[in-house]
Amino acid sequence: MTSKNAESILIKELTPAMKAEEARVEAQRCLYCYDAPCIQACPTHIDIPKFIRQISTRNLTGSAVTILEANAMGHSCARVCPVEALCEGACVYLGWHEKPIEIARLQRAATDDFNQGISASRIDAAPLFSRSPLNGKKAAVVGSGPAGLSCALYLARLGYGVTVFEKRDKPGGLNTYGIAEYKMAQATALDEVRLVRAMGVEIKTRVAVGRDISPKALEAQFDAVFIGVGLAGTHRLNVPGEDLAGVFDALTFIRHIKDREYSRIPPGKTTVVIGAGNTAIDAVTQAKRTGTPRVIMAYRRGQKEMPAYAYEFELAKKDEIEFLWNAAPVRILGRKKVEGVELARTERKGGALRLIPGSEFSVACDRVIGAIGQSKHAAFLKTLPAIELDGSGKIKVDPKTLRTTNPKYFAGGDAINGGREVVNAAADGKRAAWGMHQALTGQKTPPSEHEYWISTIEGRLVSPPKDFHNDPHGQKRQKIRA
Amino acid sequence: MTRMDKNGKKSAPDLTADCGGIKSPNPFWLASAPPTNSGEQVMRAFDHGWGGAVWKTLGEDPAVINTTSRYGAIDIGGQKMAGFNNIELITDRPLEDNLREIREVKKRYPKHAVIVSLMVPCERKSWHDIVKRAEDTGCDGLELNFGCPHGMSERGMGAAVGQVPEYVQMVTEYVKEAARTPVLVKLTPNVADARYAARAAQKGGADGVSLINTINSIMGVDLKSLVPKFAVGGKAAHGGYCGPAVKPIALHMVSSIRADAECRNLPISGIGGVSNWSDAAEFMLLGASSVQVCTAVMHYGFRIVEEMIDGLSHWMRERNFSKVSDFVGLSAANVVDWKKLNLHHKTVAKIHPDACIQCQLCYVACNDTAHQCIAVDRAGGNRVPHVIEEDCVGCNLCAIVCPVEGCITMEPVATGHPELTWEEYMAKGMKGYREVYKRFHG
Repeated sequence: MTSKNAESILIKELTPAMKAEEARVEAQRCLYCYDAPCIQACPTHIDIPKFIRQISTRNLTGSAVTILEANAMGHSCARVCPVEALCEGACVYLGWHEKPIEIARLQRAATDDFNQGISASRIDAAPLFSRSPLNGKKAAVVGSGPAGLSCALYLARLGYGVTVFEKRDKPGGLNTYGIAEYKMAQATALDEVRLVRAMGVEIKTRVAVGRDISPKALEAQFDAVFIGVGLAGTHRLNVPGEDLAGVFDALTFIRHIKDREYSRIPPGKTTVVIGAGNTAIDAVTQAKRTGTPRVIMAYRRGQKEMPAYAYEFELAKKDEIEFLWNAAPVRILGRKKVEGVELARTERKGGALRLIPGSEFSVACDRVIGAIGQSKHAAFLKTLPAIELDGSGKIKVDPKTLRTTNPKYFAGGDAINGGREVVNAAADGKRAAWGMHQALTGQKTPPSEHEYWISTIEGRLVSPPKDFHNDPHGQKRQKIRA
Repeated sequence: MTRMDKNGKKSAPDLTADCGGIKSPNPFWLASAPPTNSGEQVMRAFDHGWGGAVWKTLGEDPAVINTTSRYGAIDIGGQKMAGFNNIELITDRPLEDNLREIREVKKRYPKHAVIVSLMVPCERKSWHDIVKRAEDTGCDGLELNFGCPHGMSERGMGAAVGQVPEYVQMVTEYVKEAARTPVLVKLTPNVADARYAARAAQKGGADGVSLINTINSIMGVDLKSLVPKFAVGGKAAHGGYCGPAVKPIALHMVSSIRADAECRNLPISGIGGVSNWSDAAEFMLLGASSVQVCTAVMHYGFRIVEEMIDGLSHWMRERNFSKVSDFVGLSAANVVDWKKLNLHHKTVAKIHPDACIQCQLCYVACNDTAHQCIAVDRAGGNRVPHVIEEDCVGCNLCAIVCPVEGCITMEPVATGHPELTWEEYMAKGMKGYREVYKRFHG
């Protein structure tokens, strides 16, 4: 990266923050639906009409608390959630052919203010969230991604002494290292960790479980363990030439930008990205922003089978990315460094995808980025005693409590779902915290000071007004008699 | 009747107004307030199309001194300046300057109505002097400011006069002894019943009344400094409240005077939250023969009158009104005492499922706060509410909260019962009422 200007192009935010007035005007547009569909569409069941009303009444701290009660990762979710498919996609305005409420940007307005308030010592976050006295029990959280941090925060609130183990230099997991910088800055992910720490959670970075501390030692020191290790590195392409200079996996490529290691990713002339998931979109759009004039996305299946969200695909189109459909890499060309990639056309034959013989063609390029999904932490997970994995390598859990087949272990996030959204991981962390508490204490009824956030685990329904009539799903009216 | 041109097309409606003998090209006047503080402003307003202007109130020299920090507002939802207030006094310019400019404006705009608002101490000589000097400008009429609720009222003028019918009558008489042009008396709403002052003005010989002046108000408290909002150096005096939020109060006061047996023929210039042509039409239907505007022009400037003229003209054309006197007061007779309402009239809410966006605001409003006659049958994931018609009291709340126009309508239901007012019901010894909705749930 040669100039400040070039850097600003690379990391310029995709979605800008709202000005205070803009947020209030948008908040006032919210109808404050009863039993709002947006709440149901959110995996963490944030009371969205409530936090929006709090913005409209200039109660930004209250708004942030409403968000963070239900979703400890609300600050990052405001930027990275696929809201078109979740809350905003459920907005009743859509049924009216009107623009839905900009829930994500409103959420950001609230959590930005909250985090700025913490750093300016205007807001003392800890007293805003109920926290039980320390109960003497200890919990370990392996991995400081969204699932782990979420679990740690709620466990701390329930009175546990919580230690998070993170093998990398910085906490935050994929939020810190794996989301395109122009969608969410690394600083945002790190800001979010402050609330977790403020609740008394200890985060030990550069400590890898299995390397620096054994699972056995964890079991000895802690009453329960939450596994939130996510997925491992990007799958290898498994084609010749993969180890040439200029070949990257998508997550490493993105991490270099997030860590400001620009010298490791010179723009070059042409980049070919293999894959068509959301991470592939991050890779092509980021590659374009490094100043690469020509960026090509090659996918072995057809456009209709592309796993990326439609609006992600739109981002790529806006960046003038070229697309190669039904094209699979055969080998990467070059002597010392990448000079091109050879691809072959594919077709469906009896349901199976196969390369068409003789259809090979090559594209000259100086960088290849593999973005064909992440592998599982198979080796590590196998070292955990009595934890069963399913056929695809995901940890098996009880869906109610997220307890694994080893009663001392709970798990959530990508490690159990194979790779979903930050908001799913956050919801898992919350569910596992309550599951762990129930298992360790036998308590089945939420303590009153935690009733609210626990009610958001299963999806919080606004209590329906008591039915006075013949509603078969309501309750009969309680009559007051003289 | 609508005039037709030779091709049988409706000609443009005649907007000419006459309020108590003060004639103007249209019924839209600027109220006596900051927008009419100088000749330059008033002339610019006339250029935009305003039919008349009531000059900012003149008093005796030396001119008053105003504070800095004078106006305040409340925003409601996305609506800026839904309510507005001020603590400005009468004009702070020398009397002679104002008189010179009034004379000049009248000379340049002979067809527009220039009304001079006046406020001097309650002494015959003071009023005789100011009336003479004002009328020497060639103005079209006078307005006696008996309404200003702040500052001047502490000095025994403005609302301090308007709140005492005897003073209203006395000062009106002083003025009428000297005046040659029509005299409007501007009334204060800071009274329990506006009719007493209106009757007093009529007895004093007023040619009409204008109302409402502004309402006593504190605009809020700054939650950081704990000082009332829009304060002057940390202290706030109550100001006069106006703007869109006061319109219903003003409409009521206008209609109460129009309906009063003693004041039935007293011309009215309607004031209070008039922001557009339909507000104006409403005031006029309830009895005003001109309207006065201030807050809306302070928000958007003089050019809003262009839309007001246009909107009123289109509406008059559609309704076949050829001149404004065709509809002034036309709705006044429909305002009655509660005891004259038909207890056997029945409407019920109807929710049109195709238009429903499932926000369920009607459902929660009805159940939490009204009459518990909307339910949601959640079977099969249904989210569209429905009305339990036998229990519906036709209160309108659901239709009011519904964000979708036309989604909830209030449908009249024929009960087959003869009209029965409470008055008649009482006269019949509380007999003859048949329930049109379920009043008691056994």
